[in-house]
Amino acid sequence: MKQPEPVQVIKQRRDAALAQLVDDIPYNQFLGVVFERRGDELTATLPYNEALVGNPILPALHGGAVGAFLEIAAQIELAWSIYWPQFEAGATGPRAMPKTIDFTIDYLRSGLPRDAYARAVVNRSGRRYASVHVEAWQDNRQKLFAQATGHFLMPRQEG
Amino acid sequence: MSEKKAKLARQFIGAIPHSRALEMRIDDVLAGRATLSLPYNERFIGDPETGVLHGGVVTALLDTAMGTAVVSHPQSMGGTATIDLRIDYMRAATPGQRITAKAECYRVTRAVAFVRATAYDEGEEPVASAAGAFTVEGSRP
Repeated sequence: MKQPEPVQVIKQRRDAALAQLVDDIPYNQFLGVVFERRGDELTATLPYNEALVGNPILPALHGGAVGAFLEIAAQIELAWSIYWPQFEAGATGPRAMPKTIDFTIDYLRSGLPRDAYARAVVNRSGRRYASVHVEAWQDNRQKLFAQATGHFLMPRQEG
Repeated sequence: MSEKKAKLARQFIGAIPHSRALEMRIDDVLAGRATLSLPYNERFIGDPETGVLHGGVVTALLDTAMGTAVVSHPQSMGGTATIDLRIDYMRAATPGQRITAKAECYRVTRAVAFVRATAYDEGEEPVASAAGAFTVEGSRP
């Protein structure tokens, strides 16, 4: 009987695959977006820094930075769900990313000058198109400060 | 743009840390219309294979151009915040080229400003278009 993989091997493989997906994109690094993983569930964090501020008087996060954060969270979630089976099969190396077709952002309250979190759900993923919803919060998971829905063009895959 | 207005515009955009971080520039602003641009920067890349800028950069530029159009509108009394923003990405921006967003605040009510915007690279065809609703602040007694 085949032995299950040791837990450290699995974790290391999944974390490395996720890190490559995220860190390959310079803009993710520019904004400082990081992802945490529980099994296949991802949570994106936008750590607060002064360069994210759009209204220095309030102060509040820039709507564009919030929008970009949600788009990154949605895109990585979709890519992660597309490539999960390949990563589980041991594949490594860069992956083509889904391309945003449209993105609609709902600003529910102003972004406070502290860390923001986001989780995305792939509502539909077809051969060519996908629809992804993403929710973002700060202090309280129940009080979203922004949400968005986006449509993506699926990356071409060999085979 | 007159020298005095250009200076004011530079101060306005210079006071927004995120716009400064993205090296945004106000090219023109007049009564509900604003044109803003930002340079190509390798740190803003969204697709490492092609060098195309990340959609989020275009979003940030469009959002800022739209907010600037709102505050420059004759009926606007001061600040604004985005209520909702929809972006359509029509094509990838050409790597190496400057991105320019032209925004128009076409309707202002007592509470809401309606805005549309289009983003271009150095070519003729638009890269992205946006429609949004923004708050109108300071106008209610």
